[in-house]
Amino acid sequence: MIGTGILRGMAVTARNFVGSYFDKERLITVQYPEERDPLPENYRNFPFLIYDGNDPQAGLRCVACKICEKECPPQCIYIVKSEDKKPDYMGKPQFYPKVFDIDISVCMSCQICVEVCPFEAIKMDKDFELSRRERFDALLMRKDDLAKSNDYYHRIHPIEAAAVDKNLTDAAAAAEAKKKAAAEAAAKAAAAKAAAAKATQEPSTPRPSEATTEATGSS
Amino acid sequence: MTTTVQTLEAMERPPVSMGSRLEGELLEVSMGPQHPSTHGVFRMNVALEGEIVRKLKPVFGYLHRNHEKIGENASYLGSMPYTDRLDYFCSMTNNWAYALSVEKLAGIEVPERAEYLRIILAELTRLQNHVSLLGFLLNDMGAWGTPLMYAFRDREKILDLFESLSGSRMMCDYMRFGGCRVDASPEWLARAKSVVDIFPRFVDELEQLIVGNEVVIARTQDVGKVSPELAIGAGITGPMLRACGVNYDIRKVDGYGFYPRFKFRIPLGEHGDTYDRLMMRVLEMRESVGILQQALPQIPAGPIINPKVKIRAFRPPVGEAYGRIEAPKGELGFYLISDGGPNPYRYRVRPPSFINLTILEDMCLGHTVADVMVILGSVDIVMGEVDR
Repeated sequence: MIGTGILRGMAVTARNFVGSYFDKERLITVQYPEERDPLPENYRNFPFLIYDGNDPQAGLRCVACKICEKECPPQCIYIVKSEDKKPDYMGKPQFYPKVFDIDISVCMSCQICVEVCPFEAIKMDKDFELSRRERFDALLMRKDDLAKSNDYYHRIHPIEAAAVDKNLTDAAAAAEAKKKAAAEAAAKAAAAKAAAAKATQEPSTPRPSEATTEATGSS
Repeated sequence: MTTTVQTLEAMERPPVSMGSRLEGELLEVSMGPQHPSTHGVFRMNVALEGEIVRKLKPVFGYLHRNHEKIGENASYLGSMPYTDRLDYFCSMTNNWAYALSVEKLAGIEVPERAEYLRIILAELTRLQNHVSLLGFLLNDMGAWGTPLMYAFRDREKILDLFESLSGSRMMCDYMRFGGCRVDASPEWLARAKSVVDIFPRFVDELEQLIVGNEVVIARTQDVGKVSPELAIGAGITGPMLRACGVNYDIRKVDGYGFYPRFKFRIPLGEHGDTYDRLMMRVLEMRESVGILQQALPQIPAGPIINPKVKIRAFRPPVGEAYGRIEAPKGELGFYLISDGGPNPYRYRVRPPSFINLTILEDMCLGHTVADVMVILGSVDIVMGEVDR
């Protein structure tokens, strides 16, 4: 009989409509600004720079190696490397970014900068409410806007941040152990050589960014 | 003075002219690019006799953004997030097709768990693509809102899965050469299983809502018929080809990934009309649910990415490769030529919806203007992929 198909369809609509009064599962909309769904752990939106400790500028993990600038697909990162070195959060002298800008109107949140960063210095944020009233420069994030603390990182990505911290401490411990072993070996070699000449060589540190530095002063 | 005015006028004329503006009985109408039913910025120049379409010229290119040239200038990895933006409904399958062609080019092995994850995500993508297509198609037929909202309600569950796995609902950027980016936790797999398990209920509901509906039948049956010869000759792929009764599915033909390990059937149409194309999507969803129900319990443990593949300074050997997969819309292929450098020498996309759209005129001739929208909706186009 013609019309039964339509009636069957109407029954579906009626079931959904009436059901929404009794079944909480059917009410799926979230009244956004007032109530919010929690974001999943892996959610990503626009990168930020991590700093350790309390000082956003001194604690930056970034050493201005410019890898992210090179790998960024839409080329939205702009870095100027410093000429001098500052002690980083571990006390080692490192280069630091004099300028670090991310144009988040160009950024497409692809996370490639995070994947290529060897220093765990850049991570993905979860902040998505980024509309601005200004028309031009407000979406160009400077170094000061980008720097966020490690605590913030732990707050937004707890599992990932814990893993990163573990990696960093492991790497630091491994570096320390290697340095110690190298120092012992060097001391032994120096002792053997001491009869002939005085020791001059200090062990070089395993951090890649230090490879270019002169290995005179021990840190 | 008058000549200048004429030149300006000539410049402002639309680029494609039917040459028969109000000549005889034909009326030329430009549909789009700002038409709500053209699914983006797509324009058709239609020559009408009364309400019957006598000529139709699709005009592409309003969303052209140099995808292929960008791909030739970006590194191999750098092109991966751009592939999300091709067909923004199915970023997972786009990622897979691109990763597959680079893996072919460089001879990279993919771990077993990653292959399973890829199949799971590709089939989830197929589900959500077909669901939203059905919603849009009914929207085009005048069923405003309700079917689309029901469709989006259930699509959202799948997008939530994508979000919790990859970090983004639509721009997933999930796959990498030699595997996947993040591992799926057991909780995620359990959640995916629960979504998949209740999905057939939604397909039943949608079927009940539309399939027997007399209006839908009147609007779709015998509308926009494609013959198998024409479909094969024009290179049509995907559900559109199978609606004509041609048994061609790259999952079966190529057997890429681990698809040969799964048991599934290829639904085939008979008439090649809009109704068959619509039903093809419903049936494919059921088969996808079947694949997912097989894949989710048997996913093995292990690494998700081949550790030999470098992230930075990835340089495949000199050569060329064409990797293709059965995307929800048809055959999606990436053709890459490498000269040994960090970026491809040639990067070419074979987009399914662009090639499926080329026979739009053959489908629409002799039908009314209102049917053009329904036929266009059943082709399943996404302008991001058509124009690239």
